[in-house]
Amino acid sequence: MSLEALTLVIILITFAIYIYIGWWAKVKDTKSFYVAGNEIPAVANGAAIAADWMSGASFISMAGLISFLGYDGTIYLMGWTGGYVLLTLLLAPYLRKYGKYTVPDFIGDRYYSNGARAVAAIATVFISLTYVAGQMRGVGIVFSRYLQVDIVVGVLIGMGIVAFFAILGGMKGITWTQVVQYTVLIVAYLITAIAISFMLTGIPIPQVALTFTDIAQRLSNLQVELGLKEYLAPFQNLSAINVFAVTLALMLGTAGLPHVIIRFYTVKTVRAARWSGAWALVFIALLYTTAPALGVFAKYNLIQSLNNKPVEEVMQVDWVSKWTQTGLLKLEDKNGDGKLQFTSDKDTNEVTIDRDIIVLSTPEVAKLSPFVVALVAAGGLAAALSTAAGLLLAMSSAVSHDIYYRILKPEANEQQRLKAARIMIFLAVLIAGWFGVHPPGFVGEVVAFAFGLAAASLFPAILLGIFDQRMNRQGAIWGILTGLIFTFVMILLMRSPQIFGTAKPVIDSFLGINAQGIGVVGAILNFIVSYVVSRATEAPPEEIQQLVEDIRIPKGVGQAASH
Amino acid sequence: MTGDSHSQLSERQKAYWRKNIGLIRNLLIVWALVSYVAAIILAKPLSTVQFFGLPLSFWFAQQGSILVFICLIFIYAVRMDTLDEKYDFQEVRLKDRNKGVST
Repeated sequence: MSLEALTLVIILITFAIYIYIGWWAKVKDTKSFYVAGNEIPAVANGAAIAADWMSGASFISMAGLISFLGYDGTIYLMGWTGGYVLLTLLLAPYLRKYGKYTVPDFIGDRYYSNGARAVAAIATVFISLTYVAGQMRGVGIVFSRYLQVDIVVGVLIGMGIVAFFAILGGMKGITWTQVVQYTVLIVAYLITAIAISFMLTGIPIPQVALTFTDIAQRLSNLQVELGLKEYLAPFQNLSAINVFAVTLALMLGTAGLPHVIIRFYTVKTVRAARWSGAWALVFIALLYTTAPALGVFAKYNLIQSLNNKPVEEVMQVDWVSKWTQTGLLKLEDKNGDGKLQFTSDKDTNEVTIDRDIIVLSTPEVAKLSPFVVALVAAGGLAAALSTAAGLLLAMSSAVSHDIYYRILKPEANEQQRLKAARIMIFLAVLIAGWFGVHPPGFVGEVVAFAFGLAAASLFPAILLGIFDQRMNRQGAIWGILTGLIFTFVMILLMRSPQIFGTAKPVIDSFLGINAQGIGVVGAILNFIVSYVVSRATEAPPEEIQQLVEDIRIPKGVGQAASH
Repeated sequence: MTGDSHSQLSERQKAYWRKNIGLIRNLLIVWALVSYVAAIILAKPLSTVQFFGLPLSFWFAQQGSILVFICLIFIYAVRMDTLDEKYDFQEVRLKDRNKGVST
């Protein structure tokens, strides 16, 4: 069987499973649609959070991205894992105790204001929308790369699959498909990493090989020899202040991303919410501790196999000729000596590597069977589809539950609400698909926007809502607006070349902090404004103060619990 | 945290909340030490210290901090299970269920 046929078969099998789960999970009430009826076990929720969380980009691009950033790649590694400590310790258990359906739900009730609810709903929609556009594009790219179909066709297939299980099964369907998708993506990722780890170091466990052998040191020395940046030394690509700010912004943003937070509503108890956070981080860390090792191995191997080798000899290698055809690997013998040289200078460098090649080419480099190559394609699709589904539910529930039901039509009955939820998720799929086919300028800026805005708006509002009983409506609304507008404007100004097509960014940085880290400043402003405004205005009503006390303590079934 | 005069909470609930806050504070101190201190603020001095095949700060930045994060969340979940039981806030009676003994 050819590689394409094998890939097609494996993708079709995984799709059949997702469709079957959607059919099996079909729901009849809004509680099942929005929060899977609070029936998800903690371990399954952990796997679903991990799949929800790890996007197509985490799967395909992250190892490559880190291998280009060297030490400074830690912004993604620590930023996208450390946020789970904040989420599990500071937010998840209390939101579960509160126990409604969405993030704007909590903000609207806690700050006794439909204005706050609407602002939170708009922030949720915007954050999720920027993120989902990239996911749909990712589905199209995987299809076009592995099966040579048009990107548009790939996006349409992805939309069809997601629409089916999300509309029928709501959160319940999404959760159980995510559990399967996590399994597919982690198996594909680990097989690949284990194979190349064993090939290069003789040790099959990538994390162990990275820590206990000198391979990273050899890569670092090799890069220095070639005049590239020292791999193991900090702050070669980003300044120390930016590494600090971006890491913190990604952590706060992780803790404030609505599609991750709503997953904690799907479990039965406060205790299960804590344990879901623990399992989620284990599952995420499996990939996030493997990625830096994979990045080192693949980059070392690429430089070793190509540098100073005659062009003709190199082109005989199967994977080299295959990936040069896709344009992800470019070899040009610029000085005409018949050999390839890596240099740090654009004009003399003869090997150009796209970061995605680190993950995509590794199965072939490590001489794994075509089955694994096909599995990696299915893994990339699983990663993109699972994240897309979670985001679509988060953004559609902010509209159908918070704006339609809680603000516009509180008298809507169960049937009308369920119908509205299904219509909204269908519309969300169409919008996401449209952005997948026509990617707007901001798609590349997803990380800055989604995480910056979540860090600067939702995270402080939820945190203060739980830990500061005195926080009131005025403080929260002014705080959210300050954080949101400041961060939004700053990112627009710093990324103006990509978004508006200006020749140069309007401003380069704010106090030395770049667009990806600016959410931290937005969050600090939010905290300050919230505090000052809330202390200058009246305390929240009695019943809100009781709500705050109530969410802090689990219910308890003991006799002493009835006070 | 609140010092609020209208508090409806019992002494038992207040004690539980204080313990919870103390635990969160301690765990977040470790969280900041392994990430922001060891891997960023002290990145340069610690990169001269060798940890097996890697500089120590690099190991914290790309492996160690993540492993510590996992430990922190597990410690939190386990400690809170104990607190829930001690202060009688279990939503489901874990011990009884595990032993199959009914109350």
